[in-house]
Amino acid sequence: MAWIYRYASPATFYPVAGVLAPWFMAAAALLAGLGLYIGLIAAPTDFQQGDAYRIIYVHVPAAWMSMLIYIVMAIYAVLYLTFNTRLSAMMMNALAPTGAMFTFLALWTGALWGRPTWGTYWVWDARLTSELILLFLYFGFMALNAAIEDARRADKAAALVAIVGVVNVPIIYFSVQWWNTLHQGASVSMTASPKMASIMLSGMLVMGLAAWMYAIGAALKRVQTIIVEREVGADWLRRHLGDNAQVGRVA
Amino acid sequence: MTEWLAMGGYAGYVWGSYSVCAAAIAIELWRLRVRRLGALRAARIEAEAGIAG
Repeated sequence: MAWIYRYASPATFYPVAGVLAPWFMAAAALLAGLGLYIGLIAAPTDFQQGDAYRIIYVHVPAAWMSMLIYIVMAIYAVLYLTFNTRLSAMMMNALAPTGAMFTFLALWTGALWGRPTWGTYWVWDARLTSELILLFLYFGFMALNAAIEDARRADKAAALVAIVGVVNVPIIYFSVQWWNTLHQGASVSMTASPKMASIMLSGMLVMGLAAWMYAIGAALKRVQTIIVEREVGADWLRRHLGDNAQVGRVA
Repeated sequence: MTEWLAMGGYAGYVWGSYSVCAAAIAIELWRLRVRRLGALRAARIEAEAGIAG
């Protein structure tokens, strides 16, 4: 167990995040390039929806990430409240803005897809409404965190929001089964064969992977900044900044 | 090329989705950079003050 605490120390994790982040960003860029090529050029036009369906390559990955990031945030919240590891709280905070961004994008691209296919930008059905609630949960998490001066108290309160709000994620996911929604059911699931052509599916999966890599890269970059903000005055950070300044002077 | 850009008459919807996604990512990366540089500057000022003091 000791190694967990070693890597849960902000001082140890800071350089690790610095090394990993560019690799995740590079992977995201490569995958996004490939995914965009498949989605916008290689994949054929849909016989029912025409080219409007191509919104799927950004809409579905954004929607997946909006839910996945919230779950990961809630897991860090549980870890923080259970083990009181500061890095867990920092990771939870680092994920929220990226999660909110993907939630906004899922709603935005969904509206632009809904207009040509359903005839409306917005409808208060269970899927759309629960996704909008997810956006408000992210906003609530960030606002609460920003409103409380003391970092530890802010983290504890925000962690509770993250944990309580996670109940909304299965509601979003299963809303299309539980209620009669205008939103279609899942196109891809673990148990059934996908309901779409394989080239379209592969484009969507590649874009999903790109979004995943980007989210990890962005969270690692943000957690580094949070570590610097919160560790001001720590010996290790002074040494780190001092070393870098010397290297900078020599080079 | 023009035909591709027209997206079968759905250009506004398709490019409206892709461009906002690209913009959101660009803004996030820019905000990350601004916040990071600000944090490092504050930490450096503190570190120099600490060494001098």
